Amino acid sequence: MPIRVLVGKVGLDGHDRGAKVVAQALRDAGMEVIYTGLRQTPEQIVEIALQEDVQVVGLSILSGAHMQLLPPVVELLRQRGAGDILVLAGGVIPKDDIPYLKEAGIAEVFTPGTSTQEVVSFIRRHFPENNN
Amino acid sequence: MDRDECRARLERARQAWEEKLKQALEKMPERKEFKLDSGIELERLYDPFSLGEHDYLERLGYPGEYPFTRGIQPTMYRGRLWTMRQYAGFGTAEETNERFRYLLKQGQTGLSVAFDLPTQIGYDSDHPLARGEVGRVGVAIDSLEDMEILLREIPLDRVSTSMTINSPAAVLLAMYLAVAEKQGVPPEKLNGTIQNDILKEYVARGTYIFPPRESMRLVVDIFEFAGKHVPQWNTISISGYHIREAGSTAVQEVAFTLSNAIAYVEAALQAGLEVDQFGPRLSFFFNAHLNFFEEIAKFRAARRIWARLMKERFGAKNPRSMMLRFHTQTAGCTLTAQQPDVNVVRVAFQALSAVLGGTQSLHTNSRDEALALPSEHAALLALRTQQVIGYEIGVTDTVDPLGGSYFLEALTDRMEQEILAYIQRIDQMGGAVAAIEQGYMQQEIQESAYRYQKEIESGERVVIGVNRFTEAGEQPVELLKVDPAVGERQINRLKEVRRRRDQRRVAETLQQLRKAAQSSDNLMPYILEAVKAYATMGEICGVLREVFGEYRPQVAV
Repeated sequence: MPIRVLVGKVGLDGHDRGAKVVAQALRDAGMEVIYTGLRQTPEQIVEIALQEDVQVVGLSILSGAHMQLLPPVVELLRQRGAGDILVLAGGVIPKDDIPYLKEAGIAEVFTPGTSTQEVVSFIRRHFPENNN
Repeated sequence: MDRDECRARLERARQAWEEKLKQALEKMPERKEFKLDSGIELERLYDPFSLGEHDYLERLGYPGEYPFTRGIQPTMYRGRLWTMRQYAGFGTAEETNERFRYLLKQGQTGLSVAFDLPTQIGYDSDHPLARGEVGRVGVAIDSLEDMEILLREIPLDRVSTSMTINSPAAVLLAMYLAVAEKQGVPPEKLNGTIQNDILKEYVARGTYIFPPRESMRLVVDIFEFAGKHVPQWNTISISGYHIREAGSTAVQEVAFTLSNAIAYVEAALQAGLEVDQFGPRLSFFFNAHLNFFEEIAKFRAARRIWARLMKERFGAKNPRSMMLRFHTQTAGCTLTAQQPDVNVVRVAFQALSAVLGGTQSLHTNSRDEALALPSEHAALLALRTQQVIGYEIGVTDTVDPLGGSYFLEALTDRMEQEILAYIQRIDQMGGAVAAIEQGYMQQEIQESAYRYQKEIESGERVVIGVNRFTEAGEQPVELLKVDPAVGERQINRLKEVRRRRDQRRVAETLQQLRKAAQSSDNLMPYILEAVKAYATMGEICGVLREVFGEYRPQVAV
């Protein structure tokens, strides 16, 4: 069974190069990837994640609103009984903000310069039973 | 010695050199195959043979003369340096106003306003979607009052102001005009630019609101209105910058930008405007990326293509309609979070390529932009980088100093061919709007972006500090922190404005705008009235959303 991943753009910024490159790399690595497109609210992300029954949610944000918009995704997933979904983030996110985000339940934050292979390996390590 | 003899001697010399070359290559093979991002393969050496039958006047001409390959002014930087224009804006209007006045004091010669995302998408600061975004990537502008504060004590008759605003460009232009009126500056004295390039928003930048057709109407309304009332204003800045940032190649950047430009010209002609009426006010915005010569050739090729398009395809008569004037920004996407000081060097080379390519204005990125929004110290260093190029290293002392380089001229010709092939393909698809609706440009860009990333990961493309010459540990950098209370302060002011204003006048002007939007009237005068009544950005765009609907992109990855 391939790992199912939702790649989502939260916030209002239109920088989707990274999100699309990661989506394509995950797909090339054999995962099933759904990409949300721009300007999703945390509520919309959670709705799609549940509908699509994904195991991973990867959130891309480069607007600087990560502190306000990322934790609610984890929180809403937990409220909907989907706290087991692995939530990752990527984008221009200052190092000082990362501990807070991790405490809020974001499993990993990938900053500029991360190779797509690091993201692939990180996800695979979490789902050894899905051997792809 | 006559020409034939010269030629024969040259050929013999070339053959002799190639003989020696063989031995050299046996001893020391070359490091790799050399090609540009656009896939163009590079020769080992360029010499007089590379240029073929090179007609100087046809391909280059003199600076300030058609086809403007060598630059749009006869004296270029000997007369006046480019405008050093750093994009800035964050928090509330007060904070940005302070940064502007600081930058002007430091010798910056033009302003460039960054707006926050809610403003760019036409939402007020208290809209639910504005959560966390207010004052973040730029300044929040909800009503005329914010604009009055933003421009306080800035002499609008003496500075030129560039505003990175697209979908709601008409609203911001109207606010600027209203503030100028209050300052007593007549509109014909105003200098500046609105980006107003909606097509690249669908392709690469993402701050669209309305569907393409309705958006194009707003663009043309601005052309028409500004042509009559704000004649010095650049009514559009047709932008390849974001297309390149999204991952395109240099060739795609220019090809897609010029295809979009063609669409704007056609829309304006269709609305009954004369090409020489709006042509001189069209301006462009390009990226200065890493490959030094490719970028210089790109700028020169773009100028030549545009001049020919305007003259031959659209029948422009005024040389000013044929001049491709452009702003340049260094490539944010090439900056690294690792060893951020190295970014200063990258930016300097990129900026130099823009200057050697004949740019009219320039923004140099700050070294900390892969880490956060630029800090004041980093932004100042970026400005100083331009000043070193302008005042210390002598590259501005003669016009188009690289003109005539075998390599550069051959490359300019080659890029021109590749760009024209793309433009032709897009013409055949029915033009830029159709190509965008079919997702063609988006798909092309995405493929280039993915290829670029794979090249980095395979090590084929070297990125210092990322895949080569890496260092353990990190350099400490002081980053800009936007005060989290900004949103609250902004929302309070917005509520105050809503409470204080003449509600009846607001309702009336909005109602008139609605009616105008349903008709085919030019919308600018109605937007101006609404703005003066302190109707907010969200209210004005809300009316237009009701009438025009919103754009919903097809998502495909």
